[in-house]
Amino acid sequence: MKLTHTQAIQTALCLLALAQAGLSHADAQAGAVIAKNGTAGIAACMQCHGGNDVGNAAAGFPRLAGQNVDYLAKQLADFKAKLRTSPLMGPIASALSPTQMKDVADYYASLPGWKPAPGTPPGSALSVRGAQLAQHGNWDKGMPACFACHGVNGAGIAPHFPAIAGQGAVYIANQLKNWQTGARLTDPQGLMKAVADKLSADDISAVSAYLERPTNPAAGATP
Amino acid sequence: MMRWVNRLTQNGKFHPMWIVLAVVSVLIVASVVLIPSLHEGNKEAAYDPPVHTTPPHPAAANLPEPDAGQADAAPIAPATQPASFTPPAESAMPSGELGDTIKLGRNIFVNTQVYAKGLVGSGLNCVNCHLDAGRKADSAPLWAAYVMFPAYRDKNHKVNSFEDRLAGCFRFSMNGTAPEYNSKEMIALTSYSYWLAKGAPTGVELAGRGYPKLAKPPLAADVQRGASVYQANCALCHGPNGLGTQVNGSYAFPPLWGKDSYNAGAGMHSAKNAAAFIRVNMPLGKGNSLSVQQAWDVAAFVNSHERPVDPRAKQ
Repeated sequence: MKLTHTQAIQTALCLLALAQAGLSHADAQAGAVIAKNGTAGIAACMQCHGGNDVGNAAAGFPRLAGQNVDYLAKQLADFKAKLRTSPLMGPIASALSPTQMKDVADYYASLPGWKPAPGTPPGSALSVRGAQLAQHGNWDKGMPACFACHGVNGAGIAPHFPAIAGQGAVYIANQLKNWQTGARLTDPQGLMKAVADKLSADDISAVSAYLERPTNPAAGATP
Repeated sequence: MMRWVNRLTQNGKFHPMWIVLAVVSVLIVASVVLIPSLHEGNKEAAYDPPVHTTPPHPAAANLPEPDAGQADAAPIAPATQPASFTPPAESAMPSGELGDTIKLGRNIFVNTQVYAKGLVGSGLNCVNCHLDAGRKADSAPLWAAYVMFPAYRDKNHKVNSFEDRLAGCFRFSMNGTAPEYNSKEMIALTSYSYWLAKGAPTGVELAGRGYPKLAKPPLAADVQRGASVYQANCALCHGPNGLGTQVNGSYAFPPLWGKDSYNAGAGMHSAKNAAAFIRVNMPLGKGNSLSVQQAWDVAAFVNSHERPVDPRAKQ
C-alpha cells in the first residue's frame, strides 16, 4: 500500500492523537488509584471529597469531579507553595510529586461535571438574590456577574476559571471570605479578591446558597 | 399704565426697581438655559493622541473618524451636571406582547450570536462593549443613547434615527449587516432600549452616557508599552494573541482583533473610546485599576492589529 503525502500526515496525526489519548488515560488511572486508595503517607482523596467524587457539602470539602484539569493541578501546586492555606490540604499537597498532582487532576477532570437535576424546586428569596449576583452581578458596586468569568451557568472557562455551579455553599462561602481576608491568594491578577471585596456577608450567603444548586439557569448571563 | 405704577408706588406696595430686578432675573435664567444648548451644535470633542504605529489599513486612512460611540455628540464642558438616571430593574420588565418584544431585545443584546445569527459577521455580542446588558453607566448604556436621538452625526453627515444608530453598530462593531428597520430584531432592540430609558428625560445628556472622556496620557500612546500592559492584564481572558477564549465553539471572552473582532470602522477602533472603556471597565471587576497612561497604551496596542476592514473602504 502506497500512502500519498496527505494520507501519511493524516495517519501520523491519528497515531499521535491515539498515543496522547492513551497517555492521558494512563495518567487518569494513576490518579484514580491515589484518589481511591491514597499513596505513601497520603489518605485517599475520596475520604474527604466524597465517595462519589462530588465533595462533602456539609463539611465544606469541594466537589472535584469534572473540574478543569489546569485549575485542579494549580490548586495542588498552590497548596504546596502555601499560596492557599489549609491545615488539611497543605500537608497532602506537599507530599505529592508534580506528576502525581497532574495524575490526580486528570482523574477528577475526567469525571462528569455537575448538571442541574430536573424538577429542582424554585429558589427561595435567598437564592433569588444569589441568582441576581451570579447572573447579573451588582454593578452599583462594580461587581460583574459570577458567570461572566465562570461561564454560562457557572460551568467554568478553562484553563483559569473553575466551574462553580454545584459547588457546596459552605465551601463557596469559605473561599469568598478567604479572599476577603487574604487567606487565599491564588486568583490570577487578584480578580477574585476584587470581586469578594464587593460582597457583603448577606451577599456571600445568598450567592453561595444559589451556586450550590442553581435553579434558574440563565438564558444569557451578562458580563 | 404709568398712573397704575404711580398709584402702586404711592401705596408703598411697589417700587419701580422690582421691574428691573424681574427683567434681570429672567435674562440670567435664559442665559443659563440657552448658552449650553448653543454649544450643542459644535461638539465632537474627539481627542486622539498621536500613536507610534502605522495603521494596518492605509486605504481607510482618508475616511471620516471611526464611529465615535454614542458620546460623539457630547457637549463641551457643560456648565451644568448631566442628569443622573437609573434604568428600571430587570424584574420590572412588563409582561404581554410588548414585554415579550423587550425580552427578545434583551436576549439579542446579550446573546447576539444566537438571537441575531446571520446579521453578525464577528464573534461578538452587543454586551461585550455595553456591559450589564446595556445598563452600565460609562459603558455606552442604551438608556442614555436612546433619549439622544434623532441626532445629526458627523459620521454620516445626516440626521440619524435611533434605528440608524443601531444599524451602525451592526455594520461596524458587529462587522455584519444591519437588520431591516421593520424586522423583529430592530423592533426588539429598539423596544428594549425604550424600556431601559423609561422615565428618562428626552433630549437630555444623562450622566454615564457613552464612554467617559479620558484625560490625555502624560506620554504619547505607545504600542510597545501597551503590549506589556496587555500581557499582564488582558491576556488571561482575551488570550495571548487577542483572539479571545472559546467554549464549545462560541466566545466566552471576546476577540479583540483578528477576523472575528470589530472592524476598523467601529467606535472601539477609535483610541479615545477604547482607552476610556478599558480604563473604566477593564479588567472586568477591576475597573480604574490601570493608569490613564496604561489605558491609552493598551488601547493603541489592541488597535494596532489586523482586523476586518472598514466597510466604507470597500465601496
